[in-house]
Amino acid sequence: MKPILIRALKKPITAVLLAIAVGFIIGAITLALGGFNPGRGFSLLFTGVFSSSRRMMQVLVNAVPIVMTGLAVSFASRTGLFNIGADGQFIMGQVTGAILGYYVPMPAIIHPLFILVSAFAIGGIYGSFAAWLKNRFGIHEVISTIMLNWIAYYFMNFVVNMKSVKVPGSQHSPEILDTAKITFFSREFRTTAEGEAFLAKYPWLESVVRTDAGYAIIIMLLMTLALWVILKYTRIGFELRAVGYNFYAAEFSAMPVRRNALLSMFIAGGTAALGGAMLVMSTSHFISMLGATEGYGWDGISVALIAGNHPIGCLFAGLLYSGLKLGGTEIQSRLGAPTEIINIMIGVLVLCIAFAPALPRLAERLERKVEA
Amino acid sequence: MEQVNNSALAVEMSGISKSFGSFKALDNVDFSVRKGTIHALLGENGAGKSTLMKILYGLYTKDSGEIRIKGEPCEIKNPKQAIGQGIGMVHQHFMLVENMTIAENIVLGNEVTKSFDRLDQELMNRTILEFGEQYGLEVDPEALIMDVSVATQQRVEILKALYRDADILILDEPTAVLTPQEIDSLILTMRRLVEAGKTVIIITHKLKEIMASSDYCTIIRRGRVIDTVKVQDVTEKDLANMMVGREVMLTTDKEEAKPGEVIMEIRNLTVKDNRGLEKVRDLSLTVRKGEILAIAGVDGNGQTELIEALTGLRKTENGEILVNGRHIENGLPLDAHRAGIRTIHEDRHKRGLVLDFQVGENLILESYKRSRFSGLFRFLSWRKINDYSNNQIDRFDIRPAGCAMQKAKELSGGNQQKVIIARTVEQEPDLLLACQPTRGLDVGAIEFVRNALVEQRDQGRAVLLISYELDEVFDLADRINVIYNGQIVADLLPQETDEQAIGLLMAGGTA
Repeated sequence: MKPILIRALKKPITAVLLAIAVGFIIGAITLALGGFNPGRGFSLLFTGVFSSSRRMMQVLVNAVPIVMTGLAVSFASRTGLFNIGADGQFIMGQVTGAILGYYVPMPAIIHPLFILVSAFAIGGIYGSFAAWLKNRFGIHEVISTIMLNWIAYYFMNFVVNMKSVKVPGSQHSPEILDTAKITFFSREFRTTAEGEAFLAKYPWLESVVRTDAGYAIIIMLLMTLALWVILKYTRIGFELRAVGYNFYAAEFSAMPVRRNALLSMFIAGGTAALGGAMLVMSTSHFISMLGATEGYGWDGISVALIAGNHPIGCLFAGLLYSGLKLGGTEIQSRLGAPTEIINIMIGVLVLCIAFAPALPRLAERLERKVEA
Repeated sequence: MEQVNNSALAVEMSGISKSFGSFKALDNVDFSVRKGTIHALLGENGAGKSTLMKILYGLYTKDSGEIRIKGEPCEIKNPKQAIGQGIGMVHQHFMLVENMTIAENIVLGNEVTKSFDRLDQELMNRTILEFGEQYGLEVDPEALIMDVSVATQQRVEILKALYRDADILILDEPTAVLTPQEIDSLILTMRRLVEAGKTVIIITHKLKEIMASSDYCTIIRRGRVIDTVKVQDVTEKDLANMMVGREVMLTTDKEEAKPGEVIMEIRNLTVKDNRGLEKVRDLSLTVRKGEILAIAGVDGNGQTELIEALTGLRKTENGEILVNGRHIENGLPLDAHRAGIRTIHEDRHKRGLVLDFQVGENLILESYKRSRFSGLFRFLSWRKINDYSNNQIDRFDIRPAGCAMQKAKELSGGNQQKVIIARTVEQEPDLLLACQPTRGLDVGAIEFVRNALVEQRDQGRAVLLISYELDEVFDLADRINVIYNGQIVADLLPQETDEQAIGLLMAGGTA
């Protein structure tokens, strides 16, 4: 019995599962303190996610932006850079998507590809600017990327506020052209007679038709896979990981450490911006004046932490995160408990992840006791 | 050890066992130390000597066995109880508060106060100065820890123990961080402590220092006591054999060198350190194929800056470095590599290894670009890398066997160094820079490293050895260059000189 426990404690996934459990326990206590029935709260949370295929699809759709920012944070982390700037890079992607999506008419298929490549490049340059500042002037990336977040945020508001951009009488940019949208089915399609007929014929596609599901999901999966392959199977990835663990040894082994910092932040920034552009192209369709950032980049930091900076892990962590958020709205609407409960649970979860390194040590101590 | 009256023993540990998981670190160990002696505890890395002392100091609890201090049985559960028994320990890594003064560090936790809880600075300073005079541990009580040398910090640690009335002093690898002169001074201090009736236990794997300082020596191998001997009755070689458990060669066998053409030529090189001081000044030297050129010198005479200039880590002010006819001054590490230089860096944790990488990944750290490690679409083939790593692990006897997937930080120092050597040698460099290649290693690993260097030489490659240990210089060198104050002050053949002469040159004298 005990050796199994000890072996389990040494596995990184155990820490994550334990953290999730603790998050739920604290969530339950908070619910109870607020005078709500925790059992009912959790059952609502559960059904809020799993009661229909459409809801599950919605979780997947909502996960795309935070998985992308999660990937952006974790990829940079693996190479020793703490990319706080995913939020700003994401916003640059949103701006790119909204502007190119409306002002540069192009044929279908080519239009979204053009936007995605541009967003990746712009986000990449934005991200690698922080790496350049570090290489050239020794400015720590945490400082510079935080500042760049603010710059991106105000830049977006500035762009939306321009006379030529803002839709009169509104607080947002014009809706992007249909050619730039990347959902499998348009929103209008749901309500047309044709759409009704289609749904009647293929009821199993309901979850796809009635949500913003689209190519963004496929691109997210491809990016996850690509980043994992880069880190594990390429020479550049080998160099990046070496730099991440020990800059000095990598430098001494004649690896191009400065160029790699630029490259790493380019890929990270590009990935985050891709997330921003895809959000505009599949769900929001325009950018708005905002009083604060939507915080996708910050959610990405939590996702990366839960994922232990592993690309594949980001996928699952993003889904968990998005599932909790969606289920949380259910707790609010049906039980009347504030969604902040969910934020508390996520907060506790991330906090518990920070304790993860203690577990193998605990295992060793247990091991000694068992042996004695 | 002959039977002695119990009251003459300061420490008596009997039947001590200690396991970590399934690993038996100490197995029924008996260890006694006579009052008023210097007693060395000798063993290879991981033999259990530190564990035994940590039990005595209350940092680990023993699984079984008993401890008597000055004849009295006692249970030591934590360092506080150990200090109460008059035991003090100076750890390998000092535990001092950097931004406090020496006096404050010494009294920390035992402050002397006047009325209203004010510190009695004057009395503290006086006490420290008195101690210092008595034992040869002179320090400036007002100086900040961060401003003083490592040797002084060690003195502070010893004073700290003495201030807490320690009469049994444990020193864990005390000489690892010291220069030869500082070692002499430490040995003197140990003598004075013993004269004053105190007992000193030193943990070490350096034979020479045991011969120079200790009265008794207990040898531990793989958690068991091999023997306790009177140092004056044995030779260095006896100790080495007992420690390793087989015949070891303290000197390396090698044939006469057959120096060939010049591989590297340094002309009038000047290099500044980070503070802008010229550490290498107008230095010139040549290294030939098939020879080991040793640069002898005291730490801090420009060796570090010279290596950094040669490996592309530091800009040069003046002069040229030609390797195989290529200029590499003011280049990048890549330029040094392309010119055919590979380096065994003195700091293997910082520069030599990625500790969080697997052993296999470390073995290809400089050669991952080779096609032999890639498969489809030039992706890295972990199957090929693992085959290669397992092969190298076998060939270089890196332990534990089959550790390709283990993290480098889980290996012992000697095996980590073997990983570096395996990686470096495999690349067949024209010039091998070996900087303190045996630092912190035990006798068995030292033997391995030195033989590997000689083998490189015999294969017609050039080896530039930078070492602070004269033993090593004389053991390996085919030619010796003495560095002092950033310049080569002598170019000698080992058979034409001796340690005294070189030592004098190293200190800035003339031969």
